[in-house]
Amino acid sequence: MAKKEEKTEYVNKDGKRLDGRKVDEVRPIKIEVGVIERAAGSCYMEWGQNKILAGVYGPREALPKHIQNPYKSLVNYVYRMASFSVPDRKNPKPGRREIEISKVSGEALESSIFLENFPNMTIDVFVEILDSNAGTRVAALSAASVALVDAGIPMRDMVCACGVGKAGGHLIADLNKEEEDAPDAVDIPIAILPSTEEIVLLQMDGLLQKKEWDSLVELGIKGCKQVWEIQKAALKKKYAEMEKDEAKAAAAKGKAEAQETEEFQ
Amino acid sequence: MSESVIWDVKNEKVRELIKEGKRLDGRKADEYRPIEIQLGISENAEGSAIAKIGKSQVVAGVKLMPGTPYPDSPGEGTISVGIELLQMASPSFESGPPKAEAIELSRVVDRGIRESKCIDFKDLCIREGELVWIAFIDMYALNHDGNLFDTASIAALAALAHTKIPKLDGDKIVKGEYSGKLKLARKPLLCTFAKIGNNVVLDPGLAEEHALDARFSVATTEDGYLSAFQKGGGAGGFTKQEISDSIDIAMKNAKEIRKKHFG
Repeated sequence: MAKKEEKTEYVNKDGKRLDGRKVDEVRPIKIEVGVIERAAGSCYMEWGQNKILAGVYGPREALPKHIQNPYKSLVNYVYRMASFSVPDRKNPKPGRREIEISKVSGEALESSIFLENFPNMTIDVFVEILDSNAGTRVAALSAASVALVDAGIPMRDMVCACGVGKAGGHLIADLNKEEEDAPDAVDIPIAILPSTEEIVLLQMDGLLQKKEWDSLVELGIKGCKQVWEIQKAALKKKYAEMEKDEAKAAAAKGKAEAQETEEFQ
Repeated sequence: MSESVIWDVKNEKVRELIKEGKRLDGRKADEYRPIEIQLGISENAEGSAIAKIGKSQVVAGVKLMPGTPYPDSPGEGTISVGIELLQMASPSFESGPPKAEAIELSRVVDRGIRESKCIDFKDLCIREGELVWIAFIDMYALNHDGNLFDTASIAALAALAHTKIPKLDGDKIVKGEYSGKLKLARKPLLCTFAKIGNNVVLDPGLAEEHALDARFSVATTEDGYLSAFQKGGGAGGFTKQEISDSIDIAMKNAKEIRKKHFG
């Protein structure tokens, strides 16, 4: 990586970052629920420049049979990046990074689902990154949790995720690519169950001191909860729209029936 | 199937004991099994070691190969960390390309070393923009009795601490001759915890690994830095207090391991 000029000021005197955000500010997030017609549940998410699709299938029989667990359902989480989602074309073959992210993200989702309700089954969760600018694994995981709710999977909580870290000596939430490329950058993806604040995904690379972590974990939980509000709002919006549509359909049906009766008489 | 029944019974036992603050092998919650290191396993390797934690065993070998630098860092060499779970090490290890477990293991050990900056990649430069050393740290699990993460981390550090840099004649390695030792600025060590029920224990043995709800690993250095985190292992989570306590326990234990084995 070409070394940035030492002078880069990641947070200026006014407390603003390179892209104008405050230190604890998450990039704008938009979520649209129910975008893949064939899937049991789905959503499309934009998180800053990151663009992500998530689709859920199941619970359905886990195959081949020998992978089945007689006590609970499996969660098969598949995180993939489209070849064109990064500046240099990515080899479409799933890499080691994607396999590791899929493993730890699936485990994070497991913590939120009543898996014991579905022995010998699997819940398949597919996420595809269409465009990326740092923080895709936390965005993808947050999107996946929304898709699981949309699929009607029984859950004890949602999973909401956010990155935190360090750039130019500053502790900040939701690093973008420019910040992630800082010479001293530390990147820490965190996911929690918002109701209990239990940490269900946590990774880190970089050099960090314990007291910095103590501040970052608070920043992370705060960031996760901001994401949670957006997740809930998106889901409520879909179901409010559904209710409206249903009411409209019911009204139309009622009218048609009334007309029919009139005609009959 | 028969093996999984045995694990069901053992899991129950592990969980029962943990509730009373006890462990299957009588250890304290923050206690490692005995650690042993053997050096100089392979004469052909530039550095090598076997690390044992209890009955778990990992061999690590370092090979330095001249290679071309990445275009964006012409003055720096690099490292590559890989772990293979040999079929001889456990009845549950299968042949074929590495599974998610092995990939995760390699990548977490890699991060602990790489991100601690214990190796200055500039030291691995031979001729800027042309030739650099690539340090391949390759490991093989020889016996899996739980906590291969920490076993591999100790094996890798032990092998690196005794790695010699081959002598070069032009671009070619002069076999059997060395120009010096690889410098290590820090000694990062990974410490892994298992959450079982509401308890957190250090260095899970195999039965504890089968019973765990979640796993947390943290790499620490002697100068008070953290260089890697990884939460994995299953459907459970850690509270921020548990993470904080685990980091403190990791610092303390890594310090003892360094004193005893890397003095």
